[in-house]
Amino acid sequence: MTATDLPTEVTASEPHFESRRGRWVGASIPRHEDPRLLTGRGRFVDDIALPGMLHAGFVRATVAHAHVTAIDLTATRAVSGVIAAYDARDLALGDIVALLDRPAEEFTPTAMPILAKDKVRFVGEPLAIVLARDPYAVEDGIEAAVVEHESLAVVVDEESGFAADAPLVHDEAAGNVLLDVSMFDTPGVDEAFEDADVTVEVTTRSGRQNALPLETRGVVASWDARDDQLLVQTCTQVPHQVRTLVARCLDVPERTIRVTVPDMGGGFGQKCVVGREEVAVAAVAHRLHRPVKWIEDRREALTAGFLAREQTYRTRAAFDADGHIAALDVDVVCDMGAYSCYPFTAGIEPLMASAEMPSVYRVPAYRVRGRALTSNKAPTAPYRGVSRPQYVMAIERVMERAARELGLDPVEVRRRNVITEFPYTGVNAVTYDPGTYRESLDLAEKTIRDEGWYELRDAGERHIGIGFCCFSERTGYGSEAFAKRKMTVVPGFDLSEIRMDTTGAVVVTSGTMNHGQSHETTFAQIVADRLGIDVARVKLRQGDTERIAYGWGTFASRSVTIGGSAVALASERLGELLCRIAAHLLETRPENVAMDGDGGVVQLDDPSRRLSYEEIADVAYLRSHLLPKDVEPALTATASFDVPGDGTFSNATHAVVVEADPGTGAIRILRYACVEDCGVVIHPKVVDGQCRGGIAQGIAGALFEEVTYDAHGEPSAASFIDYLVPTATEIPDVSIAHLETPCAFTENGAKGAGEGGTIGAPAAVLNAVNDALRRTGVELDTTPIHPRVVADALEEL
Amino acid sequence: MKPAAFTYHRAHDVADAVALLTDLAAAGEDPKVIAGGQSLMPMMNFRLARPTALVDLGPLRRVPSMTAIDVSDGVLTLGALVTHHAVETAALPREWAVLSRAMRWVGHLPIRSRGTVAGSLVHGDATAEWCLLALLLDAVVVAEGPSGRREIPADELFHGFYATAVDPDEVVVEVRFTRPAPHAALCEFARRHGDFAIVDAAVALDLSDSDSTIVTGGRVVLGGVAPAPVRVPEAEDALHGEAGDTLWTAVAEAAAAAIDPPEDEGTTAAYRRRLTRTLVADACREAAR
Amino acid sequence: MNDPHLLSLTVNGTEEEVVVEPRRTLADVLRHDLRLTGTHVGCEHGVCGACTVLVDDAPVRACLVFAVQAEGADVRTVESLDAGGQLSDLQQAFSDHHGLQCGFCTPGFLMLAEGVLAESPDADREEIREALSANLCRCTGYQTIVDAVHATACTRRSQEVPS
Repeated sequence: MTATDLPTEVTASEPHFESRRGRWVGASIPRHEDPRLLTGRGRFVDDIALPGMLHAGFVRATVAHAHVTAIDLTATRAVSGVIAAYDARDLALGDIVALLDRPAEEFTPTAMPILAKDKVRFVGEPLAIVLARDPYAVEDGIEAAVVEHESLAVVVDEESGFAADAPLVHDEAAGNVLLDVSMFDTPGVDEAFEDADVTVEVTTRSGRQNALPLETRGVVASWDARDDQLLVQTCTQVPHQVRTLVARCLDVPERTIRVTVPDMGGGFGQKCVVGREEVAVAAVAHRLHRPVKWIEDRREALTAGFLAREQTYRTRAAFDADGHIAALDVDVVCDMGAYSCYPFTAGIEPLMASAEMPSVYRVPAYRVRGRALTSNKAPTAPYRGVSRPQYVMAIERVMERAARELGLDPVEVRRRNVITEFPYTGVNAVTYDPGTYRESLDLAEKTIRDEGWYELRDAGERHIGIGFCCFSERTGYGSEAFAKRKMTVVPGFDLSEIRMDTTGAVVVTSGTMNHGQSHETTFAQIVADRLGIDVARVKLRQGDTERIAYGWGTFASRSVTIGGSAVALASERLGELLCRIAAHLLETRPENVAMDGDGGVVQLDDPSRRLSYEEIADVAYLRSHLLPKDVEPALTATASFDVPGDGTFSNATHAVVVEADPGTGAIRILRYACVEDCGVVIHPKVVDGQCRGGIAQGIAGALFEEVTYDAHGEPSAASFIDYLVPTATEIPDVSIAHLETPCAFTENGAKGAGEGGTIGAPAAVLNAVNDALRRTGVELDTTPIHPRVVADALEEL
Repeated sequence: MKPAAFTYHRAHDVADAVALLTDLAAAGEDPKVIAGGQSLMPMMNFRLARPTALVDLGPLRRVPSMTAIDVSDGVLTLGALVTHHAVETAALPREWAVLSRAMRWVGHLPIRSRGTVAGSLVHGDATAEWCLLALLLDAVVVAEGPSGRREIPADELFHGFYATAVDPDEVVVEVRFTRPAPHAALCEFARRHGDFAIVDAAVALDLSDSDSTIVTGGRVVLGGVAPAPVRVPEAEDALHGEAGDTLWTAVAEAAAAAIDPPEDEGTTAAYRRRLTRTLVADACREAAR
Repeated sequence: MNDPHLLSLTVNGTEEEVVVEPRRTLADVLRHDLRLTGTHVGCEHGVCGACTVLVDDAPVRACLVFAVQAEGADVRTVESLDAGGQLSDLQQAFSDHHGLQCGFCTPGFLMLAEGVLAESPDADREEIREALSANLCRCTGYQTIVDAVHATACTRRSQEVPS
C-alpha cells in the first residue's frame, strides 16, 4: 500500500491526528522488553549454544598496508582443539561490492574480500578463519598462524593520502579518492563573497570514533538439512541485507539463507552494514554443515570493527552586516578507511553532508565538494547521526564565529537566519516540512537565561561558557530520498503483516529491527490503538527473514516513521476486515459498524449489537462457511509504507553550560538542556531515553572518544583503557522539553527520534567550551577536546 | 581475549607458595603469583602476560595475618591480602586515614573489592595510588623467598615500568607503613573517573605541633611524571613556613620545575607539569585541612 | 583440556560442580558451563562491568576472576534477583525509570547496584552516581539508571524497621 490508497477516512493530504492519540499512544507504558532483560532471560547471540557447535576467530593483519606473500596455517591446524582453518583461497567467496550509480569521475567501485587475499589494507583485517572446540583454543590457533608480508607505505590521513606520490590503498582508486562529488554550485556564490561584509572561515575536524554497542558483533550459523537452509543468527540492524549478501557471496539461492536476529545489545549504525565476518562464518557453517559461532572480542571491536566520524570541513561563509548569511562554500573530506561498506558505500558520509549542510538556515547560495578518502584504517559504517554531527558542528561554528566578528549575540545570529516558514525548499533542493526551529531555539535560550546562567558566566573569574546548537534531522528517508543519492541498493519502504488468532491476540511483523529502541512496546501501542485492544495482546515479530518478504531494518531514525506507519496501515486493514465480517454476521451494512475501541465491532445504529474479535475470529478460522462470499478465511492483513518526497525533519536545540578548570583543563558540564520536536511522541520515556542516550554519545565524541592512528597505521585504542567511553560521572543529567509538530505524511504523526541527541551535542559542547575560553583568544574547532588543549589556552591568560 | 594456557596451583600457606614458585621455576615453568588478579588478569586476557603457571594465594585468606590491618607503635601493618576496599572502610586513626581517603581513586568498587594492596605494589604501575602512598609513608614490603624473609623499603622497591624489587620467587607477606601522616592527602587527575591517573600527587605535611599552621617539612610524591613514582626533594625542601596558598604555590612550582615528565600521544611534558602544579597545590590544601 | 580442575561453588543457592581448565574465567563458566547467560561479557578486561556478579556478597568482575579462584565461593547472578518472574524492587525501579534500553549492560548494573546498596544503604544520589561509574552503558546516558538505584535506596530506607 502506498500513501495514496489509504482507507477512505484517511488521506495523505489531510492530517488525521485524531486517531494518532489513543489510549496507548502518548503514554509511557511499561516496556514489553523489560521483564526478560531485567531477569537475565533475554537471548543475545552469545547466549545461543547448539549441539556440536564450533567457535570461530580470525587471523588478522598486524600491519596496516602490505602485500601478503604467504599464509601458513599448518601450525594452527595442529593446535589442540582446533578443527579447521581456512584462508581466502580455501573458501573462494565472492567479494562485497557496494555501488553507486555515478560516473567514474565521481565514484570508484572497490571490492572488499571476505578474507584478504593478496593485500591487507588495515591493522585487524581478517586473513583466515580458525575453527575450534572452544574460544580459548581458537585464540591458541590464531597465535600459531604464520603470515608473511611485504610492507607498503601507508595512508593515514589527508596529507599522506592526497599527496602526489601517495601509495594507493586500492590500485583502481587514483589519488585514494573513492568519491568526489560537487553536488551544488548554485548561482551567486562568488558574488556573495565579493559583496560580503564579513567572511568567516572555519576548519572543523571530528575524530575517528567507534559507535561502540556494548554487545560486540557476533553470529551463529548452522545448517539445517531438513529445511535445506542455513540459519544465520546474527546481531544485525539489517537482517535482509545480510541474507542478500550472504547468498551472493556464497553463490546460493537466497531462499537457502534464513537470517534471524536475537536480542541485540545496541548497534548505533555499526550493525547496519554487513560485516565480512558474518559472511565468513556463514560460509564455513555451510561448508562443514556444523554450527559455528563467532563473538567479536573487544579488542577486535575497537580495532577491526567498523569505525566512524573522521571528517574535516573547510567552510567559508559570507555574511552581511546584519548577520544574514549570504553564501556557504564547503569542502568536505571524510576518511572512510580501507573499504566501502555494504549497502551504503563510502559515499554515504560526504553525500549526506553535501545534501544537508545548509541545515536549519536560509542559505541563498551554496557550493559544496564532498570527497571520500580511502586510507589504511579500519573501514567506517554509518554511526548515529551520519555526518550530521559533523556538518552541524561546522555550520554552528560558523554562526558563532560570525556572531563574534559582527559583535552580535550568537543566538541572535541564528534567529536571523533560521527557517521559519514551512514547507521551505532550500538552496539544496530539499523541502523541509514544518518544524519548530525558531521556537526550540527561543525556548532553549529562555531556559538558560531564566535559570541565571548568563549572570553566572559574566559574574566572575570562573571560566564558564554557554553554547547552543540548533539543528534538524531528516528522519525516515524514503526510497525517493535515498534514490537521490544514487545508491544502487535503495532502502526506503517497509512491510508489515498482521495476524489475529482465534483468541483475538495479535502478532504483527515489521521489517525494522529493534536493538534498544523499544519497538516491541511502541509498535504495540500503535497497533493497540488502531484496533482498540489492550496493548498486552499485541506481539511484535522482527528479525526473521522467513516472516517477512523484505525489510530495510533499523537505521536513520526510520523505524517509527516508516515501520510504525506500516504496522499502523496493516492494523487499519485488519480493522476493516474485522468490520466487514462483523457487518455480514450482524446482517447490516459495512458503513453501519465500527471498531468500539474495546476489542470488538459494534453496530452503530444499535450499540447493543456487538461482536467481539474472538467471535469474529471464531468465524474467520473455525467456521469459515459463515464468512461473506468475497472474504477469504483468516484474519490477516499486509501493508507497505514509504515516505514520499524528501521525507520529514525532526528538530531540536541543545543548550549547554560548561566550566573549564584552568588547573587541569577538565571540562565540566554544569547544565544540559534539550528542546526537541520529533512530532507525535508515541512513548515519552522512550523518546527521552533516545535523546539522553544520543546526547551521551555526542558528549563522548566532543570530549572523550577517539581512535587515532600512528604514522604506521597502528590504532591507538585497543582497549577501554585507551578508548574513553564516558561513565555516569562524566555524563550530566539532561532536561528535555518537547515541542510537537505532527508529521503530515507519516501514519502516526511521528518523525523519528533515534539520532537527534548525538547530532546536537558535539556542536553545543564545542561552542560552550569556546565561550568559556572567550577571554583567551583561542578558538577550538576539533573534537574530541583534550583537556591539555583547554589548559594550554587558559595558561595564556 | 582469552588467556594462554597455564597450570594452576593453590598455595596452602606462605611457605607452600614459595616452594611452589621455586619448584615450578626449577621445572622450567614461568610461574607467577595471583592474589586479587585485578592487574594481572586483564594483561593475561590480552595475552600481554602469559605465565605458564599461577600460584594462587586466595586460600591464604584463611590465615588471619594475611588480611589483618594492625596499628601499633606508630606503624600500620597491612597483611598482603588486604583489599583496597578493606582499607577504604577500615576505621583507621587519623595518622593513617589518608590511606582510606585515597582508596576512592583506586578503580571502582568491584576492583577494590578484590584487588590487594600487595598486588598493586608488586605490579608497580607508575601512577598506582599504593605506590605513591608507599613512598609517602615509608612503607616496608616484607617478602618471603627461598632464603627466608627480607624487608624492602619503599625507596628501593620501584625499578620503573612495572618492575619492582620483589623477585619472581618471592611472596609478599605484609606491608608496613612507618611514617604516620596525620596531615596528608592524595589527589589525581584522569580524563575519566576511576581510570589510571595522568598525574597523581601525594603530600604529607609535618606541622610544628598538631594545631599549628607552621609547616616544618614533609613529603611530596608524584606519579605519572617518570617511569616509576618519585619523591620530589626540591618540593619537599620548599615545605617550610606558614600554611597557606602562598606556600602551596611555592611547593607546587618547585615540584613542577624539578620533574622531567614524559611525552606521549595526547599529553605533553608541559601539560604534566601543569597538572603537577595543580595537584600538588590541591594535595597540600587538602592535607592541611 | 590443559590441567583440568574440579571446581565446586555455590551459584544462586545451588551447589555446582564443574570441570574446568584453569584459564577459564568465572564469566565463561557461569554463562557457558552453567548456562546462566544473564551475566553478560562486554570487554574481558575489567572496565565495562557487564559481567558484574556478587562473589561472597561483594560485586566483582566475573571476567577478572578465574573460575578456579572461586572454589567454595558463593556467587549470585542476575538470575537470582526475581522471585519466579516477579521483579525485585530494584528491577521494577529500572523498568519504571526506563533505566534500560538494549538491556545488555543491565544485569551488570543490577548486580553492581545490589552490591553498592548493601554496602552503602544511606548513599545519596551523587554517591550512587559515583559508585555506578564502575560500569558502562551505551544507551541511556546513565541518568535513569542513577534515578532507578536512588529510588530503590530511598524506598528501602523508608521501609527499614527501626532497631
